Amino acid sequence: MEKNRAVLQGTHFLSGDLACAEGALAAGCEFFGGYPITPATEIAERMASRLPEIGGVYLQMEDEIASLAAVIGASYAGKKAMTATSGPGFSLMQENIGLAIMTETPLVIVNIMRGGPSTGQPTMPSQQDVMQARWGSHGDYEIIALAPSSVQEMFDLTIESFNLAETYRVPVMLLADATIGHMWERVKIPPKEEIHLSWRKKPEVAPDKYKPFKPDENLVPPMACFGEGYRFHATGLTHNEEGAPATVSSEVQDRLVRRLCNKIRRNTKKIMKIEEIMLDDAEIVVLAYGITSRAALSAVRMVRKEGIKAGLLRLVTIWPFPEELVAQIAKKSRAIVVPEMNCGQLVREVERAAKTTPVLLLSKLGEEPHRPSEISSALRKAIK
Amino acid sequence: MKKSNILQNHPFAKYLRQDRMPHIWCEGCGNGILLNSFINALDELSIDLDKVVVVSGIGCIGRAAGYVNVDSFHTTHGRAIAFATGVKLANPELKVVVISGDGDLFAIGGNHFIHAARRNVDIKVICANNFTYGMTGGQYGPTTPLESWTTTTPYGSIEHPFNLVHLAAASGAIYVARWTALQVRRLKNSIKKSLQKEGFSFIEVISPCPTIYDRYNKLGTATDVMRLFKQISQVQHGYDPSKAVITKNQIMVGEFMDIEKPSYGRLLREMTIRVQEKLKGEESK
Amino acid sequence: MGLVMPKKLWRKPLDSKEIKVPEATISIAKDLCKGCGFCIEFCPRKVLEESDQLNKRGIYPPKAVDEGKCTLCGFCTAICPDFAIFCVEKKSKDDDNDGEK
Repeated sequence: MEKNRAVLQGTHFLSGDLACAEGALAAGCEFFGGYPITPATEIAERMASRLPEIGGVYLQMEDEIASLAAVIGASYAGKKAMTATSGPGFSLMQENIGLAIMTETPLVIVNIMRGGPSTGQPTMPSQQDVMQARWGSHGDYEIIALAPSSVQEMFDLTIESFNLAETYRVPVMLLADATIGHMWERVKIPPKEEIHLSWRKKPEVAPDKYKPFKPDENLVPPMACFGEGYRFHATGLTHNEEGAPATVSSEVQDRLVRRLCNKIRRNTKKIMKIEEIMLDDAEIVVLAYGITSRAALSAVRMVRKEGIKAGLLRLVTIWPFPEELVAQIAKKSRAIVVPEMNCGQLVREVERAAKTTPVLLLSKLGEEPHRPSEISSALRKAIK
Repeated sequence: MKKSNILQNHPFAKYLRQDRMPHIWCEGCGNGILLNSFINALDELSIDLDKVVVVSGIGCIGRAAGYVNVDSFHTTHGRAIAFATGVKLANPELKVVVISGDGDLFAIGGNHFIHAARRNVDIKVICANNFTYGMTGGQYGPTTPLESWTTTTPYGSIEHPFNLVHLAAASGAIYVARWTALQVRRLKNSIKKSLQKEGFSFIEVISPCPTIYDRYNKLGTATDVMRLFKQISQVQHGYDPSKAVITKNQIMVGEFMDIEKPSYGRLLREMTIRVQEKLKGEESK
Repeated sequence: MGLVMPKKLWRKPLDSKEIKVPEATISIAKDLCKGCGFCIEFCPRKVLEESDQLNKRGIYPPKAVDEGKCTLCGFCTAICPDFAIFCVEKKSKDDDNDGEK
């Protein structure tokens, strides 16, 4: 009875934030720990009113640090859990992101990016946290980050984020921005049976044989939860497969850290999600993600009418970055244009993969995302 | 995995991860006594060990979570209480105990402590207070007495320390007690009581730190410090926690607070039921 | 503190013949002992003393000088930070399973 209320089946007119909350509920999320922050507050508000309807828990913690700590706790207690924040809160969460990575905790962090640095422009969009999502916490690690470009994608990709988090036991970041978070569009929510959900793999051995951090073939350990009789220990310290701290062994450190990275790197092809539009014969490519990809699509269509062979590579997962694919496309193109709402972040990855192919950054900061005309004039210039 | 029998038939052997013993704590450290009393309490209550979760923070006492043979988690510095809140609310059947130190709980973790106490989250917090940051070599912390020598107060500490029981009671904890590491039976009984009460409970354990704090401040050997505890501690149940300041000549111990108040989890459950009843009513129309 | 009755005036309890003072076995895991001295210092009947045999850590663990004096108060078991000492009731008929509850 309660579970059916989780999927708001039907066609709705929702904002990005609300669609994200509904996506989480449809994914089976039963725990939200958060703190109000513009422009992600609406996610918290929606979860506060919807979670009790399905018997879930909405916890408004005293700060973002506590929010993520509580989410990690809830995930270890067996629930699908998430938090939602923006730049300043995301910075506070970095230490615990490291903890989630080290303890291989499945969870989803939504970052509705706003103008930064520091308090910045709370109500204005940006893509300034892209590198922080990848490198924000200390130590070596890999994470998964997705960039929705529409309200429908806010719903769909939130579900995808949970699926990836549960499959790979890693914190997954949904990097939207203030525009997508606050704009209203039509969202189609399918019936519960049509939504594919993944759940963490449970251990198949008896408790006395269970090793909490012993990986299976795809480098991810099956996950027991508190209260199931496994009586395991998890720690943020470097640990061996039994979960015991091993703070002086180089061998254990090497093995653990490389596995944490490899479980994402080796599975990049399975994780990666991209959209290729008119790329087959494209001489010039726009590589865009999130809000800028909407204008990019218009720009590409515009210049095609003028005879310029442009194409769009839209990244849905921005981390892990699809290096090989971008390298291949770069070889066939004369130039790659990267419109970003920051001073140049993901463009560095593109430059690295593209090698000798020229990469043009279209940097824009402030209230207004790129206009199609801005991107199309850049394309016309680049083709010369 | 548990082939070691290093504890040689000790009655508490089954509560400990024997392959990780002996523990890393120094001789005479209060942490071992705290662990012993905690296990003693679990043993006497015959609690279902599958439903106990121990959460610890960073510090010497933080290693305690790794030694107890139950589900346990060693979090980042100061965040044990926030983590424990998430665990308890996600699965209310679990008995969640936070074992951490004075610095972890009250300096970096101070904010989380007061809010969890205010909300009356059903977690049991046991604080090993040795008046110092031991793991990093003996810096001062929020409970270090005035004029103490520590490595970062080489001219004597000029900071007033917290009165932890007062802070806990004022923040809303329903059970507040303080014992020294010497009063093992009373400590065990307090732990038992807190495990059976629903709501936020706080037990302060005054511990010797013979290698660091006690040595730096010339308090003698571990036994000297325990003798000092015996001499200057006074049991006064129901004493006003705001007056229970620790001085060189007096440590008030006892149960300072023992009240009933609905826990956060209980209120949350009641609210959730109300919401769902209302929805059911609307859906059936 | 009030008057304390001199020991010679103490009355013998009426049920003293039924009460059996338990006999204890004190187990000491010598290599776990770190030499804090708490058990020796705080045993109410002064049953323990520092032994003269070094353990693996290079300290002298305790030894029971007169196990018969032990009343199974359990304080040493409770105060030991290292789980190195415990006392259990000596089983007269069953001669194994010491320490199991």
